[in-house]
Amino acid sequence: MADKSSSNAYWQANVKTIKLFLVIWFVCSFGFGILLRPMLSGIAIGGTDLGFWFAQQGSILVFLVLIFAYAARMNKLDKEYGVEE
Amino acid sequence: MDQFTLNLLVVGATFALYIGIAIWARAGSTAEFYAAGRGVHPVLNGMATGADWMSAASFISMAGIIAFGGYDTSAYLMGWTGGYVLLAMLLAPYLRKFGKFTVPEFIGDRFYSQTARTVAVICLITASLTYVIGQMTGVGVAFSRFLEVDKATGLYIGAAMVFMYAVLGGMKGITYTQVAQYVVLIIAYTIPAVFISLNLTGNALPPLGLFSEAKSTGMPILETLNGMMHELGFGSYTDQKDTTLNMFLFTVSLMIGTAGLPHVIVRFFTVPTVKDARSSAGWALVFIALLYLTAPAVGAMARMNLISTFYPNGLDGAALSLAEIETGTDAKGNNVTWVKNWEQTGLLKFDDKNGDGLIQYVASKDANELDVNRDIMVLANPEIAQLPGWVIALVAAGGLAAALSTAAGLLMAISSAVSHDLIKSQINPGISEKGELMAARVSMGVAIAIATYLGLNPPGFAAQTVALAFGLAAASIFPALMMGIFSKRINNKGAVAGMVAGLLVTVVYIFLHKGWFFIPDTNSFSDADPLLLSIKSTSFGSVGALINFVVAYVVSNATEDTPAEIQELVESIRVPKGAGAAVDH
Repeated sequence: MADKSSSNAYWQANVKTIKLFLVIWFVCSFGFGILLRPMLSGIAIGGTDLGFWFAQQGSILVFLVLIFAYAARMNKLDKEYGVEE
Repeated sequence: MDQFTLNLLVVGATFALYIGIAIWARAGSTAEFYAAGRGVHPVLNGMATGADWMSAASFISMAGIIAFGGYDTSAYLMGWTGGYVLLAMLLAPYLRKFGKFTVPEFIGDRFYSQTARTVAVICLITASLTYVIGQMTGVGVAFSRFLEVDKATGLYIGAAMVFMYAVLGGMKGITYTQVAQYVVLIIAYTIPAVFISLNLTGNALPPLGLFSEAKSTGMPILETLNGMMHELGFGSYTDQKDTTLNMFLFTVSLMIGTAGLPHVIVRFFTVPTVKDARSSAGWALVFIALLYLTAPAVGAMARMNLISTFYPNGLDGAALSLAEIETGTDAKGNNVTWVKNWEQTGLLKFDDKNGDGLIQYVASKDANELDVNRDIMVLANPEIAQLPGWVIALVAAGGLAAALSTAAGLLMAISSAVSHDLIKSQINPGISEKGELMAARVSMGVAIAIATYLGLNPPGFAAQTVALAFGLAAASIFPALMMGIFSKRINNKGAVAGMVAGLLVTVVYIFLHKGWFFIPDTNSFSDADPLLLSIKSTSFGSVGALINFVVAYVVSNATEDTPAEIQELVESIRVPKGAGAAVDH
């Protein structure tokens, strides 16, 4: 087990990452797909608007990127703080 | 060869494959039965999670619901994929580090309370059983058409199949079986979609086809569809009709339900390391996204084809006539036998109200003469689009693979909760390994019997029933897991009070709208006119989750602090270092 202070710092770095990623997650699904759709209605795409695209496809692509980016970032943090398995 | 024989051959061949794999990988010990000795590679685990995850709701039901709901149903697409982001960041790595077999085990240990563990078992069984009912609905629909038996018989055959390989294989059998099932279901889903997209737009990739121009009009597909729907009095396909509040809450409910469903979480117990748990969630979503990016195209194009079928002479010309349905050929020489075939199952109904010999499909309730069950759209899609017989048979096999694989995973979660978390840890700790396996199998059988019985009269279309299960998981399990990892302050009393409050409020709200214990006609409200604001019963899980969080926080802060050893446990699951193999206790 790593010493307590480095574990705590690791956890804080993790929570910070999670918060940032959750903001992106929220904006690209609930934001562009639902709440902000009326604001994006001017941007046409394939017979409809950008909000519709985010709701039916764009959000899913963003989710994919987010998970792999998080995995990569955490692998790096694991090493930095010496807490890898 | 006729369609019936072809269906039997293709479905039979895939079933033989699954059962063969299950027997080959038969579980020997309890550890293998539950978690496959943790020897599963992240990519394979991702594929198996994909099969586990994509059930009759995703495969058979969802695109049909999208076809009829348009933009509003985007909640299904975002909800059932966005949850994986939460799973990967908020739950999976820490639960893997914790290193036990089941979700109630984590809740029992983290909240140092057998009561918490028992409450978690009850939450798990409530959500999973509701989910299995939805699967049974899908199995019934698929068999009733393709084996040309009635819906009840289809249900019984499906239930027997699930029981056989879930009992024989355990988790390991299921993992490899599910890899095979994933391959079958994704091929079955995408091939007809590619054909249809090529037919309508000339683009072979359905997700791009959805935003391409229709060959028939030279305008984008969605604009063409909007125009057709306007002319028949339906609202625009791409417009929002639901309230923003309900759509928002529904998406939240599906997302956090995804992260709280025990049969998906258990998947992340089966990877070798914490690192693998994070990437497994990503791989799972890759394989899931292949279907979810295709589904909106399938939905919109199926709706277009459905309208074109019933207006063979254009929207201004004569609608499809009863005589054409009877002979199976329309005025243009297209094969429309599917209308009659599906009518025989009772899932498609038409009624020539105005007596003109034609079936008018319009928005107005009084004038509309066609009623199509949402759950048949994906299965009927290749027939509607005039695709060859082997594609139709393949879709049948894919639909059954989706329904059976998820049902098996859920039954595993239910049976391990009963045998491991109730019997072994509380009722009879001295039970032998053999006895535990037997208890797991018996509880599986009982769960199937209940789900089959309730599946005969389901509370909604397959995806809607499944959405209710997500609401239940969202309101009960997800908050407890998340607080258990991210807060040291939440104690046993807070967690139990939170779970009980979240589950009870959500169950009561659902029963008020869908009937008590899903028994028809015992409901006091309906989703068309719900009790609270515009919140439908399928969306209420997010409200239940909020109640769970608040109650747990308030009760915990009003009672004593968590013991030091629990605070240490929480600290240890937060770092990957020291993750070993699973330990039984």
